[in-house]
Amino acid sequence: MKKRSEVLYFTLRNKKLLIGSGIILIFLILALIGPSFTQYKPLDYASPRGAEPPSAKFWMGTTFFGQDVFSQFVNGLRATFVVGLLGGGLGTLVGMLIGFTAGYRGGIVDEILNAFTNIVLVIPTLAVLLIIAAYLQVRSLMMECLFIGLTAWPWAARAIRAQTFSLRTRDFVDLAKLSGMKPLRIIRDEIAPNMMSYLVLVFILQFGGAILTAATLDFIGLGPTNTISLGLMMQYAVLWGALPFGMWWWFVPPGLAITAIVGALYSMNVGLDEIFNPKLREI
Amino acid sequence: MRRYLIRKIVIYALTFFLAVTVDWLIPRFMPGDPIRNMLTRVSVASNATAIQMMYDYYARLFGLDLPLWQQYLNFWKALFQGDLGISTYLFPTPVVDVLKRAVPYDVFLLVPAILLGWYTGNKFGAFAARSKRLDNFVLPLSYILTATPYMWLGILLAWFFGIVLGIFPIAGAYSFSLRPTLSLTFALDLLHHWFLPFASIFIIEFGGWAIGMRNMIIYELEAEYSRYLNALGSPKSLVRKYAFNNAILPQITGLALKLGVIVAGALVTEVVFSYPGIGYLLLAAIQNQDYFLIQGCFLFIILGVLIANFVIDLVYLVVDPRTRRGMVGESA
Amino acid sequence: MGLKVENLTVYYQTLRGDVRALEHASFQLADGEIMGLAGESGCGKPPLGHSLIVLFPPMKYIAGRVEVDGEEIPIWDAEGMNTYRFRKISLIPQYAMNAMNPIRKIGKMIGELLEARGVDYKDMLPELKRRLDLVSLPHEVLNMYPIELSGGMKQRMVMVISSLLNPSLLIADEITSALDVATQKAVAEMLVEFRERQFINNLIVITHDISILYQIADSILIMYAGVLAEKAPTKSIIESPRHPYTRLLISSLPEVGVRFAEKRLMGIPGNPPLLLNPPAGCRFRERCPLAYERCLEEPPFIEVDKDHFVACWKEYENHAQAR
Repeated sequence: MKKRSEVLYFTLRNKKLLIGSGIILIFLILALIGPSFTQYKPLDYASPRGAEPPSAKFWMGTTFFGQDVFSQFVNGLRATFVVGLLGGGLGTLVGMLIGFTAGYRGGIVDEILNAFTNIVLVIPTLAVLLIIAAYLQVRSLMMECLFIGLTAWPWAARAIRAQTFSLRTRDFVDLAKLSGMKPLRIIRDEIAPNMMSYLVLVFILQFGGAILTAATLDFIGLGPTNTISLGLMMQYAVLWGALPFGMWWWFVPPGLAITAIVGALYSMNVGLDEIFNPKLREI
Repeated sequence: MRRYLIRKIVIYALTFFLAVTVDWLIPRFMPGDPIRNMLTRVSVASNATAIQMMYDYYARLFGLDLPLWQQYLNFWKALFQGDLGISTYLFPTPVVDVLKRAVPYDVFLLVPAILLGWYTGNKFGAFAARSKRLDNFVLPLSYILTATPYMWLGILLAWFFGIVLGIFPIAGAYSFSLRPTLSLTFALDLLHHWFLPFASIFIIEFGGWAIGMRNMIIYELEAEYSRYLNALGSPKSLVRKYAFNNAILPQITGLALKLGVIVAGALVTEVVFSYPGIGYLLLAAIQNQDYFLIQGCFLFIILGVLIANFVIDLVYLVVDPRTRRGMVGESA
Repeated sequence: MGLKVENLTVYYQTLRGDVRALEHASFQLADGEIMGLAGESGCGKPPLGHSLIVLFPPMKYIAGRVEVDGEEIPIWDAEGMNTYRFRKISLIPQYAMNAMNPIRKIGKMIGELLEARGVDYKDMLPELKRRLDLVSLPHEVLNMYPIELSGGMKQRMVMVISSLLNPSLLIADEITSALDVATQKAVAEMLVEFRERQFINNLIVITHDISILYQIADSILIMYAGVLAEKAPTKSIIESPRHPYTRLLISSLPEVGVRFAEKRLMGIPGNPPLLLNPPAGCRFRERCPLAYERCLEEPPFIEVDKDHFVACWKEYENHAQAR
């Protein structure tokens, strides 16, 4: 009981966590309700005059083609959160599966999984993604999440494996083994809860990583083919002369949003780390 | 030491093998018929001889009537002969030649940006950890930098320095008016074009390594060997030096691990600045559906990252006596 | 001249407030005296030992003076202490297994440390080698990395390093806890040898293992809940302890020479008080079978017999009557 109230106390006092989650919340709300504030679809040619700076009619201006930047922006935000949640979530899940198995089983299973992890770790994720994406004619947002999740897990697996190793030898795990518990249940009931805080941190970092990877993929034109995204906005802006024509309203918002969201996630990560590890708290 | 090296080499060989296999597998097992797709959309080389050449090439390379293992072996054989196919976008240049032209730009851009970013970032991170006030300013800034997508920083720099201030060019590796020669004018022009893409990669790297080093060194300053030095009245400079020497080791490993991400970042930076390296080529290949070029880029990137990884391993061997004396089997 | 500690008071700063880890400690060590420092865990042994050499935050100096060989030592001055560390007061840390920089050859590390302290390594080398011989370490260790040494070797290496500049006072913090029994004995004997050869003058051995003290210590200081309980020659502490706590502590040992582990004494009911806000008066009061109303005041640490100091009102009164 005492421990719980202590965690709560530090949670409410931790500025890094509060600021981080505040920023995430603002963007999340914007992504959820933003699209209902604009009558234009993201790819509609809303303004016949082409590029326009921000105005009362077009809050964030319009693109070279006269598309509403605000509409693109809030819809792109949605895609960003989906990718972070699903891609990052899948990456965490696969990382957990491999990390727990390797760390818990040890021996030859660990050797093989570890070698596999190291191999996938060395391969530049983006290179693999681009070769898969290039050959798919139609790509959906879900597919992008899947690709990102399936390539982003290695370092999560490594971290979880190391943690599992150290937990595996603890008394309560021995006790569970002696009492004849099945390995899967031991991992679920004994090991995972003790790593909960750690898994949360892993997920947050995977979330941020997935967003950045998606932005990169979208930017080189390998993102979803049927929706708008923040990365795609930046690609269009660069390809259609937003720079020479000084159309800053086109390329500033998407990058700013990604930076703010990922930065807020990192800030939350540091804050949570301080809450979970009393050693890091400042006296 | 030998064990460490052999282990590493085996991992890299396996990685390369796996990468090539993936490279071979994907076009064959993707839904639909990639060859037909490709041929119907070869827009650049739309004359009959070109199409015929392409068709012959695919037939030879894919050898679809052969058993799968034979196709696979042929693929490797072609690879070892440096045959990566012919670019449709730059028809009829072989992919290898296209890539060979791009690689020097990548080396020129990436090697200094990565090494300088790593070195100065680490130095600065260690420096920032010394004073609370500096730390309070540097830490948030560094976190923001690591959260910044590479292309966005590139775009902002290009816009501000290239358009608003107009002091740097924002596209290409050198001016259109110049021919590549060994002259001072050309060298300066090259540097002028190189600076902004270099700066965008450098700045983000710098932030990332500064945080990493700052966090590592604070941990090392609390380590027991540091406490012992303090107990024996050693001056701060020696304690810091030891802490830095220890903290730099995980940063070296970290460089190897992050290389893939950095390279990806560099690719998009090239796109922003139309810098004629592999990243820029890749964008063109994707837009023109030049599959052989895409596959070639893929292999070159992987090869480059693997070679860089191996170099880093060799450096690690020199720096960490424990790996050299075979006391720890593996640290990365 | 030895060591002289007067009214030393050191707190630990925590989020919940100051932990009064050490209060009003006063004692002296005669020339060449080896003193053992013992007590349950959390009784204030480390704060006493560490405050003499590594008084860093979160430890906070409150009051008191320390003299070594008649010279006052500025223990409150974390920077200024550097002059005295290693040369005058030195430490064999509890973490001797990890005390050496893992990526430096040991000889090089010693060299860099000595140079930083203004001592020439080359001049020191012959003496260093003699001392390696003394603790039976081959000279090659200087050319090795710490991971290449066994636990016992590392312990001996750290002993040699810590005592290299012939400090007047050496503090050995739980040196034996990581070693097996045979090595423990050898290490303890080497420390006595260091004293015999006058590498060091005084030695304070912090331990929870009284059997080691019985072998090597001239005197033993017993602490309880951040205050001194009793200090006397080893023989007196073992055979005729005066403080009720010491008596219970000694009698709870099955026999002298058997170690007791770092755990609460089962024989004494109750727990030591929390030091965040300790009760006034004698801190052992609540667990003491002899407690009476006077124990609500803090008992003075007085000499009741030659070199035998006790902080207990009962002993105080007996002593006063006897006089």
